[in-house]
Amino acid sequence: MRVISFGVILYLFWLALSGYFKPFLLIGGLICTLFVLYASRRMKLIDTEGYPAHLFPAASTYWPWLLWEIIKSGWNVTKVILRPRLSISPAMTRLVASQHSAAGIATYANSITLTPGTITTGAKGNILTVHALERGGALDLEEGGMDARVTRFERGG
Amino acid sequence: MIFLDVASWVLILIGSGFIIAGAIGVLRLPDVYTRMHAASVIETVGAGALFAGLMLQAGLTQVTLKLLFILLLFFFTGPVITHALAQAALHAGVKPELEEDRRDRLSASKTDGNAGSDEGRLP
Repeated sequence: MRVISFGVILYLFWLALSGYFKPFLLIGGLICTLFVLYASRRMKLIDTEGYPAHLFPAASTYWPWLLWEIIKSGWNVTKVILRPRLSISPAMTRLVASQHSAAGIATYANSITLTPGTITTGAKGNILTVHALERGGALDLEEGGMDARVTRFERGG
Repeated sequence: MIFLDVASWVLILIGSGFIIAGAIGVLRLPDVYTRMHAASVIETVGAGALFAGLMLQAGLTQVTLKLLFILLLFFFTGPVITHALAQAALHAGVKPELEEDRRDRLSASKTDGNAGSDEGRLP
């Protein structure tokens, strides 16, 4: 089931990038798709980590939320950069990620890095090391709002 | 379609503005780690707004779809690259200029088995 849906997505991806609908090319694309499918199956890539299909529905609400966070913190960092007198308060801290899967923790760590002003510099188990441009950014993460949102996303909501 | 054209150009200009601000930040901020924050403004807000503007220029075509794929690629590979850079800098012994170091805040409570100071590579 998982393999079939992965194959369909691969073929649709190929179609979208190719944009040609001649029979010869369509069959060529199909052969390529089947080969990639065979190779990724052999490499055991089509598991819940490599192809987290169960997260796709929740992503439709998580990504807009993340995009808004990125815009807000991007604006804040830009204001800090352009302030005539540069006043920053860099801080580093450690966070406990409350997600249960590797894909969940990776999503949390990457979301921290994607929002400007905070960077995940290390991840060991469920402990993340974070560098923040401003002390407030580190304290916000310690409060755990984003952590809770990612955990909700991981559970599919 | 004058409205779409105006919206597209506004987004392109906003994106360019963020990219210039990010570049200024890379020059102004004091060390590797703080400069990476400026770079992440470029690759998220800057590139995002610029690509949104370009997508409005292209309309509902295959080009828009390809632009979307490139943007997704940015958003998935960007954090990995940033993480690799930060790890490399820490590993090379570049000390971050910090106002407050809260990295030992977990070792007191021992919330988890591997919390604390077991990351020997950190300065």
